[in-house]
Amino acid sequence: MELLSNLALGFSVALSPQTLMLAVIGCILGTMIGALPGLGPSNGVAILIPLSFSFGLDATASLVLMTSVYYGAMYGGRISSILLNIPGDEPAMMTTLDGYPMAKQGRAGDALVLSGVASFVGAFLATIGLMLLAPVLARVAFLFGPAEYFALYLLAFCTLGGIGSDNQAKAALSVCLGLGLAMVGVDSSTGLTRFTGGNLHLYDGIDFLVAIVGLFAVSEIFVFIESHGRDSSIGVRLEAVTLPLRQIWRTRWTMLRGSFIGFVAGVLPGAGASLGSFLAYMAEKSVAGEQAAFGKGEEKGVVAPEAGNNAAAGGALVPMLTLGVPGSGTTAVLLALLMTLNITPGPLLFQERPDVVWGLIASLLIANIVLLILNVPMVKLFSRVLQVPAAILLPSVAMISFVGIYSLSGSYFDLLLMIAFGVLGYFLRKLSIPTVPVILGILLGGHMEVSLRRAMVLSDGDWTFLFSTPIAVGLWIAAVLGFVAPLVLRRFLSVKALIDDQAK
Amino acid sequence: MSDRLTGLLTIIVALAFFAGAMQLEQPFFADPLGPKRFPMFVSAIALVAGVMLVLRPDAEPQWPARATILRLLLAVCVLSLYAFGLRPLGFVLPTALAAGVISYQIKADWRAAGLTGICLSAGLFIIFKFGLGLGLFALPRWLHG
Repeated sequence: MELLSNLALGFSVALSPQTLMLAVIGCILGTMIGALPGLGPSNGVAILIPLSFSFGLDATASLVLMTSVYYGAMYGGRISSILLNIPGDEPAMMTTLDGYPMAKQGRAGDALVLSGVASFVGAFLATIGLMLLAPVLARVAFLFGPAEYFALYLLAFCTLGGIGSDNQAKAALSVCLGLGLAMVGVDSSTGLTRFTGGNLHLYDGIDFLVAIVGLFAVSEIFVFIESHGRDSSIGVRLEAVTLPLRQIWRTRWTMLRGSFIGFVAGVLPGAGASLGSFLAYMAEKSVAGEQAAFGKGEEKGVVAPEAGNNAAAGGALVPMLTLGVPGSGTTAVLLALLMTLNITPGPLLFQERPDVVWGLIASLLIANIVLLILNVPMVKLFSRVLQVPAAILLPSVAMISFVGIYSLSGSYFDLLLMIAFGVLGYFLRKLSIPTVPVILGILLGGHMEVSLRRAMVLSDGDWTFLFSTPIAVGLWIAAVLGFVAPLVLRRFLSVKALIDDQAK
Repeated sequence: MSDRLTGLLTIIVALAFFAGAMQLEQPFFADPLGPKRFPMFVSAIALVAGVMLVLRPDAEPQWPARATILRLLLAVCVLSLYAFGLRPLGFVLPTALAAGVISYQIKADWRAAGLTGICLSAGLFIIFKFGLGLGLFALPRWLHG
């Protein structure tokens, strides 16, 4: 009953004309951003955040707008995967494996519709999962003290680093870089300035939005300048789009399985949508056995990863909202949005600001229906977006990033810092050092240090306090496993190896 | 080689960071851990990661050719100048120039790049100024009086 009254509250917020309009705008923008190669959910949301502030939206409104963009980009990512064989964003990578072969066989329309419906099923079920699971987890989160929070942050860094990189040393390096940058500025508990080098601009610390836009959007410009002309792939023409009802019915179990796997992968801190779509695809491949033509245009090979990555996108919101620990790069960006809006995610959010939480959940349910309409009957319209040449797209991204950051602070120093982060991001990507842990480090570094110091105050400097409760011990074990297990499993579970395998 | 250099750089930065943390004063009223311990842990882990990179580097990444490196450097310079110029010179002119140069770096076509720069500058100005209501100036300040 509580759930129903909460939902009623949520819909009363979400159905106000302004919120509804923002959700629709967010869905359209998001689908376009997702479809554009080189722009994905994380950098798309990143460049829009500063603008939504200068637009003067309130907390609920900007959260609704940005999560609609996020969901929309997850839907849109499949369009360029299928038509161009270039994933619009990283989680859509698995969709290229069977989507592009289907398109080459003249079934591009079917592939787009099937994956659109799968996206809807995945995202819708995940939103319902979020609705059911988040309040429960929020109640568990009340048991968390500083020792547990410290272990939880550690777990997030370990799993995100462990899974996101092929080299644990590089993952650790990237986490430390982020944590180190988070230390710059005034230390909150003693008022001492640290690592500023006497530069007044740095006393407030490094604004994480500057770092995010630099690492995600500006570095993309450099990568494009380097690769210009090389990634020219032959696009597939999209003929008439029909509704392949029989194929949708035939893949119904695949959709449900993919959604479930994706949701679980999304909820785990640090794992995220790429893992969700990967696991969903692999599971479906092993369920189908040898007779299915995976990699050669199998319908289930399009449906499974799309259901998986969209469900993971919803799942990743669970730890972000209840514990303040994002499960992926984009939810890290959304966390940055919340922190700038002065909303502290965590169990108290559910008690003190139910309008924000349930308004968001109701908006996501509405956004999913809008996205289904945009992505199935109107998919042809959005496939036009692919014709925007990089020589126009990338300068626009650059200018929007600059104006966004400039409108936040009006300082040339932040713009220079953003360029520096762009250059850093370029080098990190070249060296295959993951960039998401850097962001997470900058976002959570302060909290992590504070919880460690609080734990030490409570225990008067006794380190064993960190392992004093079963929850904390469990989190520590999970953290160590999350960092070490990929070393062992990598041989069996490598996305790269699989892609190379299929390419042969 | 790149990984070894990165590792070496990491070691140097981690040591500098560690030294920087050591020099922080410990206020007498502070908590048991104080402001310096956490940065020291972080730099210690970074140090280990740096050593691992030096000892066991991955395969060499493919670095761009010299011409591309020059193009990238030019892009960084143009964007930096843009950062300095945005305030004194107004929005339209620097944006058109910067967008045009970036566009040219991606596709070497002067006419298309120029057109991209001008259209982007004008279009974005209209969207930002009148659509989103940002406080931008179109032209140099001294022209606005």
